[in-house]
Amino acid sequence: MSKSKPSNESYLKENKILRDLFKKYLDIYEYYFENNSTVVFNQDSLIEIMTTLQNNSQINFEILIDIIAIDYSDYGISEWNTSSANNKGYSRGIKKNSSGRYTYESSKTNTNQPKKRFATIYNLLSISSNCRINIKFYCDDDDNPSLASVTSIWSSADWYEREAYDLLGIVFIGHPDLRRLLTDYGFIGHPLRKDFPLIGNVEVNYDLNKERVVYQPVTIKPRVLIPKVIRNSDDGDNEDA
Amino acid sequence: MPDIKSFTMNFGPQHPSAHGVLRLILELEGEVIKRADPHIGLLHRGTEKLAESKPYNQSIGYMDRLDYVSMMSNEHAYVLSIEKLLDINVPIRAKYIRVMFDEITRILNHLLWLGAHALDIGAMSVFLYAFREREDLMDCYEAVSGTRMHATYYRPGGVIKDLPLSMPKYEESKWKSKKEINKLNEAREGSLLDFIEDFCSRFPKCVDEYEALLTDNRIWKQRTVDIGIVSKERAFQLGFTGPMLRGSGVAWDLRKKQPYEIYSELDFDIPIGSNGDCYDRYLVRIEEMRQSNKIIKQCIKWLKENEGEIISDNNKITAPTRDSVKEDMESHIYHFKLFTEGYCLPEGEVYCAVEHPKGEFGITLISDGSNKPYRLKIRAPGFPHLAALNEMVRGHMISDVVAIIGTQDIVFGEIDR
Repeated sequence: MSKSKPSNESYLKENKILRDLFKKYLDIYEYYFENNSTVVFNQDSLIEIMTTLQNNSQINFEILIDIIAIDYSDYGISEWNTSSANNKGYSRGIKKNSSGRYTYESSKTNTNQPKKRFATIYNLLSISSNCRINIKFYCDDDDNPSLASVTSIWSSADWYEREAYDLLGIVFIGHPDLRRLLTDYGFIGHPLRKDFPLIGNVEVNYDLNKERVVYQPVTIKPRVLIPKVIRNSDDGDNEDA
Repeated sequence: MPDIKSFTMNFGPQHPSAHGVLRLILELEGEVIKRADPHIGLLHRGTEKLAESKPYNQSIGYMDRLDYVSMMSNEHAYVLSIEKLLDINVPIRAKYIRVMFDEITRILNHLLWLGAHALDIGAMSVFLYAFREREDLMDCYEAVSGTRMHATYYRPGGVIKDLPLSMPKYEESKWKSKKEINKLNEAREGSLLDFIEDFCSRFPKCVDEYEALLTDNRIWKQRTVDIGIVSKERAFQLGFTGPMLRGSGVAWDLRKKQPYEIYSELDFDIPIGSNGDCYDRYLVRIEEMRQSNKIIKQCIKWLKENEGEIISDNNKITAPTRDSVKEDMESHIYHFKLFTEGYCLPEGEVYCAVEHPKGEFGITLISDGSNKPYRLKIRAPGFPHLAALNEMVRGHMISDVVAIIGTQDIVFGEIDR
C-alpha cells in the first residue's frame, strides 16, 4: 500500500479531446473536479451539459451506464473515536442514532452535515472514443431534492431515475412516469437514505383472523455488530508489504 | 364487425418463463402487444443498504447472490473496486486464476441461459444437455471453494485458496456400480487443472451438439429470427452492454477495450451479430462459449507452468496464514483487527466494471475513509435490458414475449438487488 493518497484514473487529464471539449464547449459552465475523476457542475446546467456530452462533433458519450444517487448526511461520521485517546477508555463503539442503528421511533437526521445532502453521479461511456466520465450534480434543496430528467437524452435513464427516486427520494423533473420501482406497492419512505432504518419500518405477516397478509411495525431489534471507524492510513506504523 | 378493445393481462410473478419473479402487465390488442410494463423488485433484498452496514469483506458473499448464475464475475467487480481504491498489488497467479474462473462462470451462465431459453421456446432436450456440462463446472467451483454456487472465492488482494491438487470424486452407491463410478471418476484422478483441461477438450464437441439441436432448427429459427430487433442506435440509447450490444453489431467488449487483470495477454475474439434479433444474440453467446473455452485453455497452460503467491501478503488487508497466527504476535494482531474491524479504505470514489456474462457489471464504491462502504452502487447489466422490454416486445405476439425475456438473459438477483 503506498503512503500517498491513491489517485483515480483521470480520463479528463489523460484524454486530450475531452480536455479540449471542456474548454471549448463547457467553459461557460462552472465546474470543478472531485476525487480526480468526477466533474461537478451546478444543477441548473444539467440538461445543456448532458446534451453536449451526448451529441457533439468531438466526443460522444453514447451510453448512460448508470445513475448513482447518494445521501451525504452521514458522510465522514464514525462511531468510534480512533484518532486520540480519552479518559473514558474503550467504548463499545455503538452510537444509538448512527447509520444502520435507527429504530422505528428514533430515526433522526444528522444535522451537522458538511455540504449539500443529496448528489447524483451520471456515469457515461463513450464507445467511439473508449472513455468514461463521471458527472456529478449536487441537489440544491436538501428537503425536496430535485434534478432535471435526462430521459429525453438517454432512454435508459428511465429506470435509473425511477430507482433513484424510489430509494433516495430525488425527484426528476420531466420524467414521463416517475413511479416507485424496487420497493413494495404502497411503500413509505426512501430506503437508501441514511436516516432510514436498516431493519425497515414495517414487516408483514399472515393474519389468521383477517385471512390476509397484514403490515405491522417491525418487531426485530437493529443489530449491527461492527462499529464504523475511520482510520487514516498514515496513523500508526506504516510498514508496507 | 365486432369492436375489439385492447385488454390488460397479468403475467407472472410466478410464471415459469418469467425467469424468477418478473411481473408483467401486458396491454394487448388481440394477441398483439401494445405495451408491456415490467414490475420488478419482488426479489429486492437491499444489498446496497446491507453493504453499508458491514465491513468490506463481509459483503463479498452478497455479491454471489446478485446474479446467482454468474457468481464469481460479480465478486470480481467488487474486489476490483476495493483494490483500486486501496491501490494494492495482486499477484499475477491470482489474476490468472480469477480470469480462468470468470470464463468458467461465463460458460456456466451461458449454459443456463441456453437451456432456459430453449426450454421457454419449447425445446426440452437442450436443457438436459446444458446441465450435463454445468455439473462439471459446478464441481470446479466446489473443488476450489467448497460450495457449488455461492463461492465467496475472490478477496481483495487475490483469491482465498490456491487451486487444489485433487478433485472430489463420485462414490459407489446402490444406483451406480463400481465400474460406472470408475468411468465417471476417470477425469477426476488428477488435479483441478487436469480436470478443467479435460473439460476444455470435451467442451467444443458439446457446443456442436447444442448447435446441431438449434442452429438450423426450423422451429428455433421461426421463433427467434427477426424477433426483438434492436438497432445499434437504439442499443446505445437503451444502455445495452455485453451480448445484447454485440448482437446489434457493436464490437464492444471490456475485456478487449478496457482490459483488466491479464486479458490483454490472452488471445480471443469478440463475436458480433448483424441484425440485432434474438437469433443473432443466440449465435453471439454460442460463439462466446467457444471463445471462453479458448481463454480457459490459455490460463491452464500458464497456471501449470508458473507457481506463485495467490494473495497479497499485505496483512492489513488479507488474512495471515493460520500457522503464523499461532506463532507470530504481529500476525495475531493483524488477524484480530481484520476480523473484528476490517480495514479502512481511503476516501474517494471509484467505478470498476467487468465484462460479466450478461454485459457490463460495475461497482461504484464511495468511501468516506471508514471500514464500511459509504455508498455501494451496483450496476447490473440486466437492469437496462429489462427496462427495454417494453420497446422490444411492442408489436410482437404474446408468445414472443417469452422469447425476448429469454434472449435478454434476465436474472432477478441482479436486477432487484
